[in-house]
Amino acid sequence: MNVTRGFTGRTRGHDPGLPPGQYDAGEDWPVLSAEVTPELTPADWSFRVDGLVERPRSWDWEQAHALPVSEYRGDIHCVTSWSKFGVRFGGVSLDAFFNVVRPHVSATHAVAYSHTGYTTNLPLADLTGGRAWIAFEYEGKPLDPEHGGPARLLVPHLYFWKSAKWIAGIRLLDHDEPGFWEQNGYHARGNPWEEQRYSGD
Amino acid sequence: MTETFTPPTRFAVPGRIAVSEQAAAVWQTARLTEIRRETPHASTFRFAVPDWAGHLPGQHLMLRLTAADGYAAQRHYSIASPPEDAGHIELTLDHVEGGEVSGWFHTVARPGDEVEVRGPLSGFFAWPGDRPALLIGAGSGVVPLMSMVRHHRARGLDVPLRLLVSARGPEELIYAREFGAETTPVFTRSAPEGVVVGRMTAALVAPLLAEQPPGGWEAYVCGSNSFAEHASRLLVAAGQPVDRIRIERFG
Repeated sequence: MNVTRGFTGRTRGHDPGLPPGQYDAGEDWPVLSAEVTPELTPADWSFRVDGLVERPRSWDWEQAHALPVSEYRGDIHCVTSWSKFGVRFGGVSLDAFFNVVRPHVSATHAVAYSHTGYTTNLPLADLTGGRAWIAFEYEGKPLDPEHGGPARLLVPHLYFWKSAKWIAGIRLLDHDEPGFWEQNGYHARGNPWEEQRYSGD
Repeated sequence: MTETFTPPTRFAVPGRIAVSEQAAAVWQTARLTEIRRETPHASTFRFAVPDWAGHLPGQHLMLRLTAADGYAAQRHYSIASPPEDAGHIELTLDHVEGGEVSGWFHTVARPGDEVEVRGPLSGFFAWPGDRPALLIGAGSGVVPLMSMVRHHRARGLDVPLRLLVSARGPEELIYAREFGAETTPVFTRSAPEGVVVGRMTAALVAPLLAEQPPGGWEAYVCGSNSFAEHASRLLVAAGQPVDRIRIERFG
């Protein structure tokens, strides 16, 4: 351990909800997208699931909202080291979409892509079992454009770059295919509890 | 292997700028050698990092401070120095109110102190000097852009490069003495006699896009989220393609 002379850091108690190397951002919710925030209205929005599935299909805004409502209450963690506690997102569980398209047994990974062209890769197992959502609302209000509105992917148990803003679709594959940040040196999975920030972590 | 995946737009297409990803996983010791005041709220911290693998202008690093009880705080910071400054790194840090890391730098740090860094990180905001660059920054958002300006000068590049930089006033303009003909400052709160006070406007951006260099500009925008939203809208309105705007937001 290389102790920094004179550094004490902020007051701290043991917070079991804070992954290693993270700090509590409090009320802040930093925006870190690397592209121009698109002007995307609910009427323009669509979401598609295809690739290794029985029945590829697309949903428009109304069709996606006809699926069962599901909510996430909990924490989110950004690779730039802030975490945000006790947030509430409303949307639809990805399981509801997968139940319709029926993934092949050969599907192991997914690429999530945005209406901007942003991509991120995930193991399929991280998107199923009630752990991932298409989110339309934050704290009961429509999601702001700069936070991915009108709809973003939400995978809160991984670093937040996996939760693609302005979600346009998910393609299921039988192999892992690095997305935007993953091609720029970030970790393939991004589990904050194992501090998987960069490739090689 | 089944099919591969091609994004529906050109944003994020791989290989536009290839960046070496070596060394990003290794923490290295950085020894503080010099502190220079830039403005009342920002100072430059110069480090010797003998095994630094080098970086491209625009890249950032992760910096870690460790307390005696093992508590560590880490932050991402853009690199201000150009790659030509081998074995050294400079960071220019705002003194953030209540910031545990910037607070240490501005009130405790002195030459000889050691911190840890890993990087360089991320290739998206990097500019290797290979294409015309239109740089737009505000506040400490000018830091990674200054690495590009310094690189441009150090190499004597003739590829066009322009910098629009916004600050609250002349005394808050980081690197003010270093800017040359490539730079146009904008002051939002107070300005020297005869200089307009106000936000960056379309009138400033549009002429640059009206006279595009061959191949067009690659635009780099850096600053707070609200500034990045404002500047990127000005660029899009002036005709800059969205897939040629790279944004680094400070959060």
